[in-house]
Amino acid sequence: MNRIKQKLQEDKKILSIYFSAGYPNLNDTVQIIQDLEKSGVDLIEIGLPFSDPLADGPTIQASSTAALKNGMNTALLFEQLKAIRKTVSIPLILMGYFNPVLQYGVEEFCAKCEEIGIDGLILPDLPLDVYKEEYETIFKKHGLINVFLITPQTSDERIKAIDNASEGFIYMVSSASTTGAKQGFGAEQSDYFERIANMQLKNPQIVGFGISNAETFGQATQKAKGAIIGSAFIKHLTENGVDGISDFVKQIR
Amino acid sequence: MKSYHADERGYYGEFGGAFIPEMLYPNCEELRQNYLNIMEEPSFKEEFHQLLKDYVGRPTPLYFANRLSEKYNTKIYLKREDLCHTGAHKVNNTIGQILMAKKLGKNRIIAETGAGQHGVATATVCALMGIECIVYMGEIDIARQAPNVARMKMLGAEVRPATSGSKTLKDATNEAIRDWINNPVDTHYIIGSVVGPHPYPDMVARFQSVISEEIKNQLQEKEGREDPDYVVACVGGGSNAAGAYYHYLDTPEVGIIAVEAAGKGIHSGESAATSALGKVGIIHGSKTLLMQTQDGQITEPYSISAGLDYPGVGPMHAHLYASGRGEFISITDDDAMKAGLELCKLEGIIPAIETSHALAIFEERKFNPDDVVVVNLSGRGDKDLQNYIDYFKL
Repeated sequence: MNRIKQKLQEDKKILSIYFSAGYPNLNDTVQIIQDLEKSGVDLIEIGLPFSDPLADGPTIQASSTAALKNGMNTALLFEQLKAIRKTVSIPLILMGYFNPVLQYGVEEFCAKCEEIGIDGLILPDLPLDVYKEEYETIFKKHGLINVFLITPQTSDERIKAIDNASEGFIYMVSSASTTGAKQGFGAEQSDYFERIANMQLKNPQIVGFGISNAETFGQATQKAKGAIIGSAFIKHLTENGVDGISDFVKQIR
Repeated sequence: MKSYHADERGYYGEFGGAFIPEMLYPNCEELRQNYLNIMEEPSFKEEFHQLLKDYVGRPTPLYFANRLSEKYNTKIYLKREDLCHTGAHKVNNTIGQILMAKKLGKNRIIAETGAGQHGVATATVCALMGIECIVYMGEIDIARQAPNVARMKMLGAEVRPATSGSKTLKDATNEAIRDWINNPVDTHYIIGSVVGPHPYPDMVARFQSVISEEIKNQLQEKEGREDPDYVVACVGGGSNAAGAYYHYLDTPEVGIIAVEAAGKGIHSGESAATSALGKVGIIHGSKTLLMQTQDGQITEPYSISAGLDYPGVGPMHAHLYASGRGEFISITDDDAMKAGLELCKLEGIIPAIETSHALAIFEERKFNPDDVVVVNLSGRGDKDLQNYIDYFKL
């Protein structure tokens, strides 16, 4: 069984952490993954850096740009991760923009993910209809879960279509924003969390964007299955390097 | 019949579509569902054409360039988009889109700009309509294009520097898209070229298609036929070209010539010739040809002309190239500058450097004496004076 699905069956709230591969230093990738697992994180999203991350705010843009400057690329990331399953068993997701995947070759990319032991992909700019028509069979053949996003503006009808096309979980973007743009949640988010919970979707939801500490993690996971922290963790890495990852995780829960 | 127009999903052959994150889906979907209906509304058409006539100054002349024709021994007509208000064809699109924004009930406009021409055209129509206007511009371009920054400010727009990535047009576009993600309800994004996610390439091409519509009528008057043998235009993102080709796309007898910026030479490492150097990929929500590394990172193009240094090209043009319908030629900085100066001397018209690339093809490529060749004179050269001064040491 896919590690993501297995993890989601556990009776607990899921803490997922995102970081940009190749940041702060080119070869930090494996250590960050190992430390996150040891610290009790449930799921890891490894960011594949891109030159033009148009859904990301300044923090992730900067880490992405720095990672590229450090020399990160798709082939190198696969090389860094080739033995990762000898040391960790945590579910791993690659998250990035579609163009680098397209250039690597979608089939080759998915085959490589399977070989390494990657469990899923999040490619925000790969639209639902294109995925279903052109890539779903390839993803499935290689045992990869494709995670779709929804936002407060997504219509109920489209949410249902996304739910039907999803396996694993739905990435619930907390507000109309780029990553790291907003701090904390207001009434608008509560209504949205409530609305989605009431839809009784077949896939659990994990909330992302705007979660940076124990308080926002708690709010986000009141109704949802879990939450994702990205920009706040990147800021931690910027300030502390790879030291103290467990301290960061402990202050979340 | 094979068509070179967008299909209903926004594809030109394999190019186009809407490769956008879910955060942009409602914005683009609202536009997609409404743009054709709005454009067909009589009240919309009437206001659009009235403004093009009274405010922009259309129709622009189709001018037979006598001395240029003599020199190159063929019949050259210039479509004088340089005579549009604000100095280029860009305003055709911004007029259309500001009316679209009003119909959609939007009260805040954002735009990206490279050299500042589209920014000025957007700031102009926002002033005209009394709507808030924010223009994103790369930090480097702000420094290079001070007069246009001043124009936008005088017109009441706020110019926000894009400080990410390479700090130029593609980054300004990223910032505008991020703004739109953060303001999904009240804001309309006026894209300046036939790029971006569906329906933008098709919508912008339709607004610019007034150019080829007029060429047809004017050529009928002058030559007794609607169709020239060739239509020539420079292509960066490709909006002036899309407008000049539009009514001829599915008329195979009319040759389509697209002129890209070779910069310092196609293989110099400093070029913007996307058809020659690009590979299929995704940029700003569109599947098209773009300049990128082997790893799929988008690279920074170069051209002496700030309006042509976009790393991608509109999906319509990618399809014209891939299908062989269009003939693609690239012109170096040096050849463009020479052609620009030549037009000044022969016809008394100072062209924008973008347009000078299109004019340079007469040195590159021979035409028959009885060929009718229409060149879209997309913009005037006032904005480029400093470049001309520096280049020719005037």
